[in-house]
Amino acid sequence: MNNSARDQILSDIRQALNRTTSLDKSVSAALETRLAAHSIHVQPVVETDFVSRFIAKSKAVASTVATVPSLAQVPEAVTQYLTTSSQKLEVVMAPDPLLDGIDWPASMKIERRQARRQDVVSITGVFAAIAETGTLVLLSGAHSPTTLNFLPDVHIVIVRRQQIVTHIEDVWRRMRSEVNEVPRTINFITGPSRTADIEQTIQLGAHGPRSLHVVLVEN
Amino acid sequence: MKVTSQAFATRAVAALKNVDLQRAMAKAKGGFIDKRRVAIEALPEFEQLRSVAREIKEHTLSHLDFYLERFESQVIASGGHVHWARTAAEACEIVVDICRRVGARSVTKGKSMVGEEIAINPALENAGLEVIETDLGEYIIQLAKEPPSHIIAPAVHKTREQVTDLFQEHHSRYGYNQRVTEIPDIVNEARQVLRDAFLSADVGITGANFLVAETGSTIIVTNEGNGDLTNTLPGVHIVTASIEKVVPTLEDVTAILRLLARSATGQEMSTYTTFSTGPRRSADLDGPKEFHVLLVDNGRSQMLGNEFREMLRCIRCGACLNHCPVYSSVGGHAYGWVYSGPMGAVLTPLMVGLEKANHLPNACTLNGRCEQVCPMSIPLPKMLRQLRIREFEQRLTPTRMRWGLSIWAYLARRPHLYQPVMSIVVRLLEILGRKRGRFRYLPFAHGWTKVRDMPAPQGQTFQQAWRRSGDGSRL
Amino acid sequence: MGLFVTCLVDLFRPNVGFAAVKLLRAAGYDVEVPRAQTCCGQPAYNSGDLKNTREIAKQVIDAFEEFDYVVAPSGSCAGMLKLHYPKLFASDAGWQQRAQALAARCHELVSFITDVCGTDSVDASFDHSVTYHDSCSGLRELAIHAQPRQLLASVRNLRLSEMQDADVCCGFGGTFCIKYPEISARMVSDKMANTEASGAANVLGGDLGCLLNIAGGLKRHGSKIKVYHVAEVLADMADVRAIGEGEDSE
Repeated sequence: MNNSARDQILSDIRQALNRTTSLDKSVSAALETRLAAHSIHVQPVVETDFVSRFIAKSKAVASTVATVPSLAQVPEAVTQYLTTSSQKLEVVMAPDPLLDGIDWPASMKIERRQARRQDVVSITGVFAAIAETGTLVLLSGAHSPTTLNFLPDVHIVIVRRQQIVTHIEDVWRRMRSEVNEVPRTINFITGPSRTADIEQTIQLGAHGPRSLHVVLVEN
Repeated sequence: MKVTSQAFATRAVAALKNVDLQRAMAKAKGGFIDKRRVAIEALPEFEQLRSVAREIKEHTLSHLDFYLERFESQVIASGGHVHWARTAAEACEIVVDICRRVGARSVTKGKSMVGEEIAINPALENAGLEVIETDLGEYIIQLAKEPPSHIIAPAVHKTREQVTDLFQEHHSRYGYNQRVTEIPDIVNEARQVLRDAFLSADVGITGANFLVAETGSTIIVTNEGNGDLTNTLPGVHIVTASIEKVVPTLEDVTAILRLLARSATGQEMSTYTTFSTGPRRSADLDGPKEFHVLLVDNGRSQMLGNEFREMLRCIRCGACLNHCPVYSSVGGHAYGWVYSGPMGAVLTPLMVGLEKANHLPNACTLNGRCEQVCPMSIPLPKMLRQLRIREFEQRLTPTRMRWGLSIWAYLARRPHLYQPVMSIVVRLLEILGRKRGRFRYLPFAHGWTKVRDMPAPQGQTFQQAWRRSGDGSRL
Repeated sequence: MGLFVTCLVDLFRPNVGFAAVKLLRAAGYDVEVPRAQTCCGQPAYNSGDLKNTREIAKQVIDAFEEFDYVVAPSGSCAGMLKLHYPKLFASDAGWQQRAQALAARCHELVSFITDVCGTDSVDASFDHSVTYHDSCSGLRELAIHAQPRQLLASVRNLRLSEMQDADVCCGFGGTFCIKYPEISARMVSDKMANTEASGAANVLGGDLGCLLNIAGGLKRHGSKIKVYHVAEVLADMADVRAIGEGEDSE
């Protein structure tokens, strides 16, 4: 532990702020209160039909979206998507309880694990989806390995309607009430991977997935 | 990185004549400006957010010790480590030590401006490690052995042809022998080549756009996915972050995030905004086993206490660069160090010493467009003037300039002397310039007449003419 | 009403000063021109020479503080008096107060006529096409943008066509154009290209520094576009040679 550097930096900071010691009790109490309050600041207005907004924003960032009435239609939607994009029915799938309960076709070769180099298609669930920006939120965990979101070429995401929230801050509220501990990784994913580093021209599929397909379950 | 800011004037001249650079810069400028404008116009809450963001940052800076300590304790509570470095040298030593301890041979890197600032790549290479930049722009300049020329788009100065040449030269050893000229093929080849690097790296180093005190999280805001492969695949994840990046709560950082991508690239959210908190948990199937955050000072605690404190609000969006007419004409390399454009003209002298970089605050017309577009309302022209004040006090102003100014000021402070002297000069110039109305050449004004004519005066000064008109009574 | 002439108008183009006087008299003001004025101090200020800047500022404050209004035909000089003078005397309460009192009464010419006098038209004619360059200080320090356009719209037979990037710096920047002539040349060349592309035969602006720079550039490149200060057109006094023109242009 490089204590002397730490001490010096903190002391330099205090000196710059015209303080010789750490904060006095009333000030730290006020800072603790502020931290605990999690006050939300001004937010962009999002129209009441947040599902349409989520779909429109997702498409605007080059995600594709298919809506199905219930979980039962998910396998068909996924199979159709893979066939039309000329992909084999070979997927690596998150060990997510939501996906356990889906009746995948026998013709689909499925492995439940984290991703490896040769994986082409991954299927995951989400923790939440944000209407404001067309963003998917995934938390790392036993049911949700992060590599599934980045290594394969194609990332298919199953989202249930009730998982869609309006604003980014709604995710924090949900996370604090549903999750005990902040996970290793929180991914906010807004469309497939891209770069504009060559002549400022947008090109999809830099290092992350080339395509991001959302299957939205209305029920 | 060696500081070459004193060569700004000559490099600027060369940059203006560099056809490839000018072509690349022209493509970039309009894109950044237009995209940002469209995004801002679509956000009615923009000005309110700017106020909020400024308040959050000022509040944090006023209690920086408290928030850094909270951040540190949260990182530790989630199983990570925090290291503190006063200087670039100290910072590099810490990173190299971690890599040595784990027996690392190769390191992948996500884009980190602080990493450039502390010159981490040469330090790692000198320690025998292989370092691979994975952000496409950073990868390109690594191949070209050049520094970044823009804080968001490091290879903005490169044309497509130049990238094609670089790939052809460097990728044949991986078995790629085609000359790729189209953008999708160029990007695809980079993707394939770098996949191996991602998967075999022992250590991944990323920067941090923000640090969240509440949770001990570091955040990267990216589009490519390379940062995420860098922070997830290797066994060790190191974050190089500077101390002013800390923000109190998740809600606070969300407000500022709404400004960042819009100001940088015109996006509402970047493709990947990722929060990293500690190493992998016991039930996780992937992720690094070790998580280290390196907090770098490098002159910032000093800025906190002086007239440059407001510069610490910078969120590295690059909007000031994109709107600066000087940056757009000469590009980032002319500035001679890591940071360029208006923010670079303020930070570079403060970090490397004014005597090594006093050109930078002077190469500015103080037109104010930078301040106008800055999402954090940083008064950049004011700070550039402050640097000029320091420059004058330290007698770093070029001698001829000092003399010229002294003479001007001497006369200007003595109207009874100024007016007769100027009347003579003006009369003389009018006679000499009467026919053409302008001068192609004037002694002592070569800086002007080198590139444009000097209009001739009208013959009398206004003061003379006014008095001759009976103080305006005979007009 | 005190006229702050500005050093560039005093030395290079008194016609602008007389145009300012005419406009202010038409607005009902009796204009005085204090003799003890030379410069607002920007060259010293922008070079970091606070000592000389303060001395010059004191001279200006002394000469002008008796007037109800102080008007300058320049956004950058008006900005200097209005925004920067009060910052110069942070450690001298007496001068600070005097500077603030003066600042409150300082105005740039065109915005004075529209915003303070409430005038929305002038009695002038200019049967030509014009385009307008927004000087940076006027635009960003004093929010001058709509006002000159409003008054130009009332000039008989004048046709205004906006240039692209009217609000981008022309590359003058005071000592900048001398210290970094090539970068300045590039910026003025962009400005010239935009001016020419607008199709206008004349370009106007509110700051003589910018106009000398633009005129110098246009003339060096053989352009026939004429450059005038907007006050000259608004005061119906643009029937003189344009900036940078000599006998051989007639």
